[in-house]
Amino acid sequence: MSEVVHKVTMPKWGLSMQEGTVVAWLVDEGAEIAAGDEIVEIETEKLNNVFEAPVGGVLRRQVAGVGTTLPVGGLIGVIAGSDATDAAIESLVAQFEADFVPEAVAAEGPVPQQVEIGGRRINYLVMGDGAATPLLLIHGFGGDLTTWMFNQSALAETRPVIALDLLGHGASDKQVGAGDVPAFAEIVLGLLDDLAIDRAHLAGHSLGGAVALELALVNSGRIASLALLAPAGLGREIDGDYIARFIAADRRKAAKEVLGHLVHDPALVSRDMVENLLRYKRTDGVGEALRKIADAVFDEGGQAISYGDRLGDVAAPILCLWGADDAIIPPKHAAALPKTAEIHVLNDAGHLLQMEQASAVNGLINAFVSTSD
Amino acid sequence: MTEKTIRDAINEALRQEMSRDPSVVVFGEDVAGGAGLAGESDAFGGVMGVTKGLLGEFGADRVIDTPISESAIIGMAAGSAVTGLRPVAELMFCDFMGVCFDQILNQAAKFRYMFGGKVKTPLVIRTTYGGGLGAAAQHSQCLYQMFTAVPGLKCVVASNAYDAKGLMIEAIRDDDPVIFFEHKMMYDMTAEVPDEPYTIPFGEANLVREGGDVAIVALGNMVAAAEAAAATLAGEGIECTIIDPRTTSPLDEDSIVEAVEETGRLVIVDESNPRCSIAADIAGMVVGTAFDALKAPIRQVTAPHTPVPFAPQLEQLYLPNADKIAAAAREIVSHAA
Repeated sequence: MSEVVHKVTMPKWGLSMQEGTVVAWLVDEGAEIAAGDEIVEIETEKLNNVFEAPVGGVLRRQVAGVGTTLPVGGLIGVIAGSDATDAAIESLVAQFEADFVPEAVAAEGPVPQQVEIGGRRINYLVMGDGAATPLLLIHGFGGDLTTWMFNQSALAETRPVIALDLLGHGASDKQVGAGDVPAFAEIVLGLLDDLAIDRAHLAGHSLGGAVALELALVNSGRIASLALLAPAGLGREIDGDYIARFIAADRRKAAKEVLGHLVHDPALVSRDMVENLLRYKRTDGVGEALRKIADAVFDEGGQAISYGDRLGDVAAPILCLWGADDAIIPPKHAAALPKTAEIHVLNDAGHLLQMEQASAVNGLINAFVSTSD
Repeated sequence: MTEKTIRDAINEALRQEMSRDPSVVVFGEDVAGGAGLAGESDAFGGVMGVTKGLLGEFGADRVIDTPISESAIIGMAAGSAVTGLRPVAELMFCDFMGVCFDQILNQAAKFRYMFGGKVKTPLVIRTTYGGGLGAAAQHSQCLYQMFTAVPGLKCVVASNAYDAKGLMIEAIRDDDPVIFFEHKMMYDMTAEVPDEPYTIPFGEANLVREGGDVAIVALGNMVAAAEAAAATLAGEGIECTIIDPRTTSPLDEDSIVEAVEETGRLVIVDESNPRCSIAADIAGMVVGTAFDALKAPIRQVTAPHTPVPFAPQLEQLYLPNADKIAAAAREIVSHAA
């Protein structure tokens, strides 16, 4: 049992997170917990997410009650051994409240950077450091680097983790060139070159999964492993109607509907998540970019890209994660992968599994990349 | 992405559209400022400094100082719009619109209709409105409702810097006359504003906040007051939805009705005088479409039916504020069904 008293504070998930609200406590005061146990559910500007215990011990205090909104860094609870005295814990809480400067904590953290690759602006965010093989995160169609807001910092505990905005997305250039998978792969490679990364793990979501596969095929020497999350490129089916509706959605109602389609529980889609999608869609050049990409990678309501017959040539080890309730690309496509691939289908998750089941996804990716360094 | 003031957000919108489209021109009183005099030729950028820097970047052919004659400014804008330019005319105070009513409501608003759709009138009139500056009765009015009442005109009343940029770019690209109302107390308000150009469609309200007890519809400078009221009310257990229509013409009736259906209670906050106001217009619309959803009378928080007072204490008393909004919300929440 640890004698150390550990403060549980409001995490900063995503660049713009200033505060979070406690939605539910998942363990009672006085309960014994292990490091990694899910202890509290927090509402953020996108989906709700669960916070895992950073250390084991006893949950001695639920400082923030359900419904309480705290700034990033604010005290949510206290974990300590059962041998720590109540007085010690009370004084820790009192000391914290006296010293806490919320703005300073919320302003901390890495900020995105921009680099020119092939004459186009690419926006990316680096977290973590160290000598371990870096991990690069590639979002899907219509997404951006905030797709990984619940993942990047957790994955960056053991290695540098880079998330980028693909062309036509986020804060990157809206000129997409050919707008196809090889064009995206070229940009990712350019970013690796620019960051002087010889060898990297790749995690790709949806269309980003196809980009990761492409890279593993054309640059096998530089790719240490592939984590594919609900990847495109493994089969023909995709909800083509969704793609059309995503491109057309320019009003709040329509945007809320398409986002609801991405998750297993549409009630989780927040006002800010809808607003952020609308802000992206209103940017000059985004409509054209999305149409061009869609024309290049989808046809007649199906996927135009297929790596089915080349999967045997992928040298890198593969982890494949899929949400059981994925309404965009069916989980059965995972069957196309080589027998050596590690495959998990996660319950209570739709297409955006890395947000809906963030802690499970983080755990699986962490374990996988650490065996493939 | 950086934090920008409303002044800078509108300036950036003008600059990006002038770069993109050579037919976009800017004119008004001192929009270049000091042109022809000794010293810095780009000294003012309009009385509020919104157009500062445009003269140096785009030259005197596209950034034009006019005589002090509102009827000339708007006549020039209407005429140049039908002959192929996209003018953005600055009219220092909306209170001065009176001397150019014919140009606005009989000419610009009617060209497309009277010429059977054969001409476009891509004209933006930027103008300031509202009280709080101690500028007295002839320089402090809220007059967007008068132009909302005229078919053929579109009216923008932005409440924050992000919206101001997107709505200004939308206004410049729109093929009809748009009157863009800027509250003179709001120019230094900041928000995160993307550097890239973007548009916000007219007729789409912003859902500022969600809550189940009361819907508050607020315009322009009143949105911040409504947010302050909602924060106070949340502490008392009253949760508010706030709808910011962004444009009064076209008006996003659906979002307003939806919020009324969800809450059953409506407060409308409008800085203008109460008679024939946007608040009265919305109240009438809601009673006609969502009567059965209402659990309490609709409350309109507006200025009184008097000119805007000059004395600062009286002016503060005159203007709607967070306390008045919160009081109206409390009253209808406690209304016996």
